Amino acid sequence: MAVPILKQSHFLIASIQSALSDQDLVQLRDDLADLVGRHRARGVIVDVTALDVLDSFATRTLRAIAYTTKLRGAETVIVGIQPEVAMSMVQLGLTLENVPTALDLEEGLLFLKLRLEDGHGA
Amino acid sequence: MEPEVRVRIQSSTDIVIARQQGRALAAQAGFSNSNLTIIATAISEVARNIVEYAKEGEVVLTLLNNAGSAGIKIVALDHGPGIADIATVMRDGYSTGKGLGIGLPGSRRLMDEFEIASEVGKGTTVTMKKWAV
Repeated sequence: MAVPILKQSHFLIASIQSALSDQDLVQLRDDLADLVGRHRARGVIVDVTALDVLDSFATRTLRAIAYTTKLRGAETVIVGIQPEVAMSMVQLGLTLENVPTALDLEEGLLFLKLRLEDGHGA
Repeated sequence: MEPEVRVRIQSSTDIVIARQQGRALAAQAGFSNSNLTIIATAISEVARNIVEYAKEGEVVLTLLNNAGSAGIKIVALDHGPGIADIATVMRDGYSTGKGLGIGLPGSRRLMDEFEIASEVGKGTTVTMKKWAV
């Protein structure tokens, strides 16, 4: 199940629609690393609202997406982590470390805009 | 006979199927939404261990009913290489594979009961239970 990736001004939005296998997640990482260059994107939003589980592999891959796109010049923000998913991650001992998160797509876009205006981002 | 669901685990797609089946079965036992997520996450971790270390195996999900309290039992079993030192793999951050080394100790934290039995060259069986409060 490929994740649709939309372009909105300088940002890429990866909107996950349904449960993803490990392979789908790795594909998303590779696609974003490529598309950041092709679209000269400055920011990436990964919307995980539809995910009912973020296990250790998914968490590690989201971190990898953020670090990979950062090296390509784009800031990534993860949005839409559901409350039960957040609680489960904490119990499991998972962390996104210093990868930025926001409540939803709207907050994520705002975060990236402010980041880029400040000149900290990208 | 309690309801039982068996999911064959051979690929990362089967991990998703196992956790979805587990969530659906656990919903019948009346677990809260956050517990359903916790159960699905623990299933994901033990199923991934099968794919990563044993290549194939099975996840068996059973509803429990013990003196009026409902729960779910999750058994993840394989005939893979087995684990020589269980105490070590139950430590956070220890991994011989590509993982974070958090799957087994993390799953133990997520569940109410957790047992692991393994024999080198024979395979591994993880048995976990969660009770609906």
